[in-house]
Amino acid sequence: MLLNSLLRIGLFYAVLIALSVPLGLYMARVFSEQRTFLDFLLGPVERSIYRVCGVQRSQEMTWAEYAGAALLFGAASWLLLYLIQRAQYLMPFNPQRLGAVEPLLAFNTAASFTTNTNWQAYGGESTMSYMSQMLGLTSQNFLSAATGIAISIAVIRGFVRHSVKTLGNFWVDLTRAALWVLMPLCVALTPVYVWQGVPDNLNAYTEAKTLEGTTQIIAQGPVASQEAIKELGTNGGGFFNANSAHPYENPTPLTNLLEVLSIMLIAAALTHTFGKLCGDRRQGWTLFAAMSLFFLAAYALALWAEQAGNPKFPAMGIEQRAVAGQGGGNMEGKEVRFGTIDSTLFAAATTDTSCGAVNSMLDSYTPLGGLIPMFNMQLGEVIFGGVGSGLYGMIVMAVMAVFVAGLMVGRTPEYLGKKIEAREMKLVMLYVLIFPALILLPAAAASVTRAGLSGIANPGPHGFSEILYAFTEAAANNGSAFAGLNANTPFYNLLIGFVILAGRFMMAIPALAIAGSMAEKKAVASSAGTFPTTGVTFVVLLGAVILIVGALIFFAGDALGPIVEHFAMTSGRLF
Amino acid sequence: MRFIFTAVKLTIVLTLLTGLAYPLAMYGLANLFFPAQALGSLTSRAGRVVGSRLIGQNFSSPRYFHGRPSAAGDKGYDAAASGGSNLGPTNRALINAVAQRAKAVLAQNPGARAGQIPVDLVTASGSGLDPEISPAAAELQVTRVATARHLSVQQVRELVRRNTRARWAGILGEPGVNVLMLNLALDQAGTAAPVRGE
Repeated sequence: MLLNSLLRIGLFYAVLIALSVPLGLYMARVFSEQRTFLDFLLGPVERSIYRVCGVQRSQEMTWAEYAGAALLFGAASWLLLYLIQRAQYLMPFNPQRLGAVEPLLAFNTAASFTTNTNWQAYGGESTMSYMSQMLGLTSQNFLSAATGIAISIAVIRGFVRHSVKTLGNFWVDLTRAALWVLMPLCVALTPVYVWQGVPDNLNAYTEAKTLEGTTQIIAQGPVASQEAIKELGTNGGGFFNANSAHPYENPTPLTNLLEVLSIMLIAAALTHTFGKLCGDRRQGWTLFAAMSLFFLAAYALALWAEQAGNPKFPAMGIEQRAVAGQGGGNMEGKEVRFGTIDSTLFAAATTDTSCGAVNSMLDSYTPLGGLIPMFNMQLGEVIFGGVGSGLYGMIVMAVMAVFVAGLMVGRTPEYLGKKIEAREMKLVMLYVLIFPALILLPAAAASVTRAGLSGIANPGPHGFSEILYAFTEAAANNGSAFAGLNANTPFYNLLIGFVILAGRFMMAIPALAIAGSMAEKKAVASSAGTFPTTGVTFVVLLGAVILIVGALIFFAGDALGPIVEHFAMTSGRLF
Repeated sequence: MRFIFTAVKLTIVLTLLTGLAYPLAMYGLANLFFPAQALGSLTSRAGRVVGSRLIGQNFSSPRYFHGRPSAAGDKGYDAAASGGSNLGPTNRALINAVAQRAKAVLAQNPGARAGQIPVDLVTASGSGLDPEISPAAAELQVTRVATARHLSVQQVRELVRRNTRARWAGILGEPGVNVLMLNLALDQAGTAAPVRGE
């Protein structure tokens, strides 16, 4: 069991590094408009898109223009997705004749998918037509991820450039992220998924006559093409209600490995893009190392908690240890083909990044096993994070770390040859404080109102965990869930929808503002007194800052939910 | 103002590209190269679709191997309403349900002993459609099925072995026994009706 889990995580990490380094260097070329091997194919497409849409590719934008463009694009996407859902009954590719999506649910879903959150207050197979799935959701899986990548590239430029006011062109970065980065990877992945058993059809649901003579209606759809971008873009919205636990979304251990890899791939690669663009590859490796420490620790803890299982079970005659013929562990909400090892790996990856896809039901995790995914998100989605948003979040935390170091030694802090001054620190603090406010205030409101409490599915402290989890994932733009919570109510659809929008844009705008302010500065030569931002010391400092500044504020909330439940469980209490 | 026009036009163009051109192209490729999988890995017997190799279904007769408990839909294994129970570990409803299932497993399976019930056989899967059970959960049911079908324990065990999936490349995932395919093989062993599909 232990040997096998070590083998698997070793294999996983080796492949992740082997793929993310070249991808990161490739992305550095893509976004500095250097030649790549796909230009002959994508170049003409790109040029005609710009011609049709009136994009001047050489036109540079200030940070405010860049943020404005991203906001406008988000607003247009939001409106289009809302309309598609409302009008799905009028459009083709709807063999089940599903009706229009309810207005509040459509609002929530549009907010969720255009911000790369992909929280779902509905079950896919019972709500969305194939047209909505493709034109509405698959497209936003691409475009929200491309928006995140574009913003992160702009933030990197802010630190790399000096004495200028501009950060690049949002339309160009967006288009290139979609065409050069996301599309080729998806085209490569989709056939592999289909080969392994992920369906891709436009048929009506299959009616099967089971061996025992009953009828089973099997939902179908264009699943494989959406599955590929769902993980690559750290989107996470499932085609089906059960998400990647569904055998049609994730049929084999091989697809599971590919899905977990896809979840982390671009976010990990962006650290290397960052290192390449700022001219010091070690800067990228340092961020990668800090992220990896958190990721591996979270995985180990979650696996330990889940493999230990439920202390009530042995007394009922149940074997939940790993013995001959079974993997054992807490199997409620988990699939046999994944067991605890592949389930917790997926859970750690999906919550460290802002993906939110699940291959096992987190609501049924043991208290500590469920605390890990929640805590991962409370770290601020900087451990790999969402595609793009993770990297710019991590850069903000790195600025925080050099500031703390500067305070300790009494020098003006510098990062990548730029002085960090009062204006940037104010923006950093804004970035750091918005996040817990977006989680804790609504969670508190939901915990004391009837509308909030009525959504709870599990009694006792677990019910509070469900509420806290819902707002944590919303602010973190994650989209995973303690899915027992009935969130398809006006209260939750609206409140969660607003938290999602705020969690995306109220974080991206300060990050871009910091970048804009950095771009205007002159570069200063590093001296003997410069605090080095590579190496083990900085990894440790950065880790400590993420924990203390970022996550400690959530301790009281976590104590009331998962931690209390853990002690209740070990002392045999039920609710 | 020009930004607004650009945003709207780019949204529409990129949406058509990624939301229509891409999925339809992939749909074409999938059905060209892997038609069986693209259609959902359906399994037929005597010209009739009996289910999908990848989707579990309800079995309650002692003549069939039983799959895992399912929380999909009201009666379980509703393949148009996937999902888990979402019951938390300290929820009395979970503990009571599992205790009842454990009792039923012991009562239905001759030779099954308390302390040896595989945990996957009494807990609901994440999808509610898990097509597999652990090899231990299959072994526990071998005697019951063999008795009900007047087959030898060795014959049934051999069919279980043939429908067991090992770890991928010896490393990934956990081994599992496909319940539907195993039960189809059992029926075939009795009646020799042809089974089509993979």
